[in-house]
Amino acid sequence: MVDVPLLSLVTFIPLVGALIILMIRDKDAAVVARNARWVALNVTVVTFVVSLFIWINFDPSKADFQFEERVPWISDTITYHMGVDGISVLFIILTTFLMPLCILASWEAITVRVKEYMIAFLVLETLMIGVFCALDLFLFYLFFEGGLIPMFLIIGVWGGVRRVYSAFKFFLYTLLGSVLMLLAMLAMYFQAGTADIPTIMATTFDGDVQKWLWLAFFASFAVKMPMWPVHTWLPDAHVEAPTAGSVILAGVLLKMGGYGFLRFSLPMFPEASEYFAPMVFALSVIAVIYTSLVALMQEDMKKLIAYSSVAHMGFVTIGIFALNDQGIEGSIIQMLSHGVVSAALFLVVGVVYDRMHSREIARYGGLVHRMPKYAFFFMVFMLASVGLPGTSGFVGEFLVLVGAYEANTWVAFLAATGVVLGAAYMLWLYRRVIFGELTKDDLKDILDLRPREVLVFTPLALVVMWMGVYPSSFLDVMHVSVENLIAQHEKAMAAVQVLELAAK
Amino acid sequence: MYVAIVFLPLLGAAIAGFLGKFIGDRPSEIVTCLLVSVSALLSLVAFYQVGLQQQTTTIDLFTWIQSGALDVSWSIRVDTLTAVMLVVVNLVSAVVHIYSIGYMSHDPHRARFFAYLSLFTFAMLMLVTADNFLQMFFGWEGVGLCSYLLIGFWYKKPSANAAAIKAFVVNRIGDFGFILGILTVFLVFGSIDFDTVFRAAPTKAGETFHFLSWDVDLLTVMTLLLFIGAMGKSAQIGLHTWLPDAMEGPTPVSALIHAATMVTAGVFMVARCSPLFEYAPITLMVVTIIGASTAFMAATIGLVQNDIKRVVAYSTCSQLGYMFFAAGVSAYPIAIFHLFTHAFFKALLFLGSGSVIHGVSDEQDMRKMGGLWRHMKVTYALMWIGSLALTGFPLLAGFYSKDAIIESAYVAGTPVGDYAFWLGVAGAVLTAFYSIRLIIMTFHGTPRASEEVMSHVHESPKVMILPLLVLAAGAIGAGFAFSGFFVGNAGGFWGDSILILPENPAVQMVVDHQYPWWVKALPIAAGIIGMLVAFYMYAMRSDLPGAIAKMHHGAYQFLLNKWYFDELYDLIFVRPAMWLGRVLWKGGDGRIIDGFGPDGISALVLNLARRATFLQSGYVYHYAFAMLIGVAFLVTFYMFALGG
Repeated sequence: MVDVPLLSLVTFIPLVGALIILMIRDKDAAVVARNARWVALNVTVVTFVVSLFIWINFDPSKADFQFEERVPWISDTITYHMGVDGISVLFIILTTFLMPLCILASWEAITVRVKEYMIAFLVLETLMIGVFCALDLFLFYLFFEGGLIPMFLIIGVWGGVRRVYSAFKFFLYTLLGSVLMLLAMLAMYFQAGTADIPTIMATTFDGDVQKWLWLAFFASFAVKMPMWPVHTWLPDAHVEAPTAGSVILAGVLLKMGGYGFLRFSLPMFPEASEYFAPMVFALSVIAVIYTSLVALMQEDMKKLIAYSSVAHMGFVTIGIFALNDQGIEGSIIQMLSHGVVSAALFLVVGVVYDRMHSREIARYGGLVHRMPKYAFFFMVFMLASVGLPGTSGFVGEFLVLVGAYEANTWVAFLAATGVVLGAAYMLWLYRRVIFGELTKDDLKDILDLRPREVLVFTPLALVVMWMGVYPSSFLDVMHVSVENLIAQHEKAMAAVQVLELAAK
Repeated sequence: MYVAIVFLPLLGAAIAGFLGKFIGDRPSEIVTCLLVSVSALLSLVAFYQVGLQQQTTTIDLFTWIQSGALDVSWSIRVDTLTAVMLVVVNLVSAVVHIYSIGYMSHDPHRARFFAYLSLFTFAMLMLVTADNFLQMFFGWEGVGLCSYLLIGFWYKKPSANAAAIKAFVVNRIGDFGFILGILTVFLVFGSIDFDTVFRAAPTKAGETFHFLSWDVDLLTVMTLLLFIGAMGKSAQIGLHTWLPDAMEGPTPVSALIHAATMVTAGVFMVARCSPLFEYAPITLMVVTIIGASTAFMAATIGLVQNDIKRVVAYSTCSQLGYMFFAAGVSAYPIAIFHLFTHAFFKALLFLGSGSVIHGVSDEQDMRKMGGLWRHMKVTYALMWIGSLALTGFPLLAGFYSKDAIIESAYVAGTPVGDYAFWLGVAGAVLTAFYSIRLIIMTFHGTPRASEEVMSHVHESPKVMILPLLVLAAGAIGAGFAFSGFFVGNAGGFWGDSILILPENPAVQMVVDHQYPWWVKALPIAAGIIGMLVAFYMYAMRSDLPGAIAKMHHGAYQFLLNKWYFDELYDLIFVRPAMWLGRVLWKGGDGRIIDGFGPDGISALVLNLARRATFLQSGYVYHYAFAMLIGVAFLVTFYMFALGG
């Protein structure tokens, strides 16, 4: 196909950008800040454009990994191995798509240490893309864990009042899970004799070993998702993170958990996945109902959206462990959709936060009178979050429910109550912020969206509609890979059954 | 042509919505009205082609969702049932658009209003032209959204916002059932296209499947779930509480959405799914009971309301109940016929009320009206036509459809049919009563409005009156003209769009007049009795209503407070949900998870570390002492462990 190592290119362009920003030196801090912003913006846009070539050249009819690159790294068995399939390719696009918007959103909001901020973001981008490209256990781990550091700094340095508490909570929570994952990876490496992911996928682990390994990976991914009851770091992290930090956190970092389930848990531990599916269902259903109820009572806009994220991620885990076409494809669409929608919602909150420096719902009200454009965009994303047909949120939710219904009617039944609650808390939020009389004095001269902000929101709104009306552009990419995943899973389960029969 | 019918309103909505600010209000109005009117004219052509000449078509646009076996397309399906709805939707929508030019002339946000109206029309058209359950659901939610936007159109009013949210959320509860119904359809039939599902339905009759923890009859559960969706949208008992509150929206909206089109979507859905419902006799019984109960309950509440629009709203709720119990006894064509005629006279009543409200400076309370007929004669006449058509006055539209419904319940010959029949007759008395009460309180007697208001009372402008004439023509003639097609199925009017099994011959029996003479006479008599009583109470003995209310205080309060549904729901759903939310947040997340999890652990670590610092005292003899103890311990250990 192409000789250019596209994946490495996309992964490391941001890092190069970070180096360039590092070299910016000037006595005038304002000049440095301006240059850093522009470099970061250009670099992320270029990365996005280059990443589009991956999508364009991706052959959706093949289940194998594509654009593979492999060079020896630590040893012959631990290699620098990159590649994408129909499951991961869209996450890369999601990441590169959100990054320029983040930079734009931070344009004026970040005033101190702009240079360092931009560097952190670019490094973070490299690490995030790396996660979705890596085809080697330890390479994956490097990217996966590495992402914690810039995020930790972003929350801890540019965050709000309780930023230090939140940053540590975020870091320790995630690290704790990851350590177990690292242990599991070592165990797998010694048993399989390689850290190559495609090879390990073809390896069968012993039933009991599988369960332990599955649990170790689960510890990491469940925290990342986050699943109930290990979700409490998320509201705090979101509330304290700067807007763009929240965007990346909700838009991309949360998706790593779901991606991990699809890349590791399902194909490598089919038996354990089946075994633990009821537990995952239970936790997810609790997450959907519990966090929806909690979201209903929030007084802080960002916290409300954070809790709604947990509920939406509950749908994702349900879909993944429904272990059928609709469930898995639905969960991928749900992740992509949530990536765009929650990112957009955090940006929406960011707009008024920049103006009023408050996230408290009660501080606002009647904004539609001064900010009609803002109200329009907020409405679009609110509806997508509610899962109105015609927006991206519906496609994911519906497919997940279809998949869940096939797996277990109770799960679908209970998860569907989230549909009602979701409408309640989002509409109520919207009403309290946007509608009503404009009574607060300091809101009376609040300004509507500036062109820069419209530029941020328009692509997001278009993508939301596109995914809602014609999701085939996205679904077609993943069909073959998902079918392959399920076929492999069923083959493995059939083999287990044969063994069990033989044992009797 | 069909594509144009559906998408012209969307085009209008986009132009008015996005360009409204640049092109101005008046051009936005003209563009939307024009496009919807064109759609309406094309719908009439479609009605002629499909209904009268049987040229059904399906147009595939493009794939929507495809995943595994699930394959859903955007498509337009036009059969007789759809054609009827096209006419209803587009005609009423065009009328309401034009009327709104006058009604909303003082509003600063007209472009937005017309954009919403057109968007609503588009969503409703998507709903009725759907070829599969999911597109129907798209339209279903789309109209719900527009209803939300339009109820809350005057977003300054807290009551309007509350009503908008309530409408959306209550509808979502219905949708919860609807979506589970769709899931069941897919699970069972492996497809959600109407044709495939309906063709396979007979083979699944009587089969059971595992739902939640029980084995249940497949088609019964499937149709019940779908019916929950219909109950939400069509405001049936239990899920009806949003409809009266929805009157917070501008009156044209009430006429279009909450009388003629959106709220009838549930009836349409049941008729569309007749091939499923027919094989689920238990569901049909449920539909009948719910419909009849709603018809009666809403009518009783309508008796005592003082807000002119709320009276009409409860009347709508009640009439929807009639449609449902007709569907419940398998008289789908009659249900749709009533839907058709009801659209005309109920839209007429709403827009007429709007004209009154417009005339009396936006007052909606009938206790502050009275004696208006001299000032607005045309409106007065139109309201009479609407009311008489509603009460089923002979030869007007309601006479043909509503009486046929009551007859069909009788001929069904089942216990639930009888239940529906008697409640239907009782409802007819009440309907006549509240209709006449409305007319007398509004137009007759001494004026109760202030001098100031009365001096401003005026007939509405032509742009509002002319559209009403179209509706009035429908309210007078639609029943007479189309009864043969809708009820008698002349010339194979319905084609294959509705399925009725031979076991449920209600429609045929109504056509053949297989019922005693008094069944025909009873609804008419009921109507006349209701009218006379109302006339007596409000025109001749105007002290009587107050006296009765005082005498039966409890009953009056019960009705005035709408059977206390809102209070009950608030008590058992809203408050507990909020309480639970707060408890789970502060208690669950804060105290338990964080308390024992991260915060607890970090506190524990800090605590241990603090204790550990005591050990590092810096005195050599402390350390020596510790070492000595250690040595003693080790020695003891080895002695016992190894020696013993």
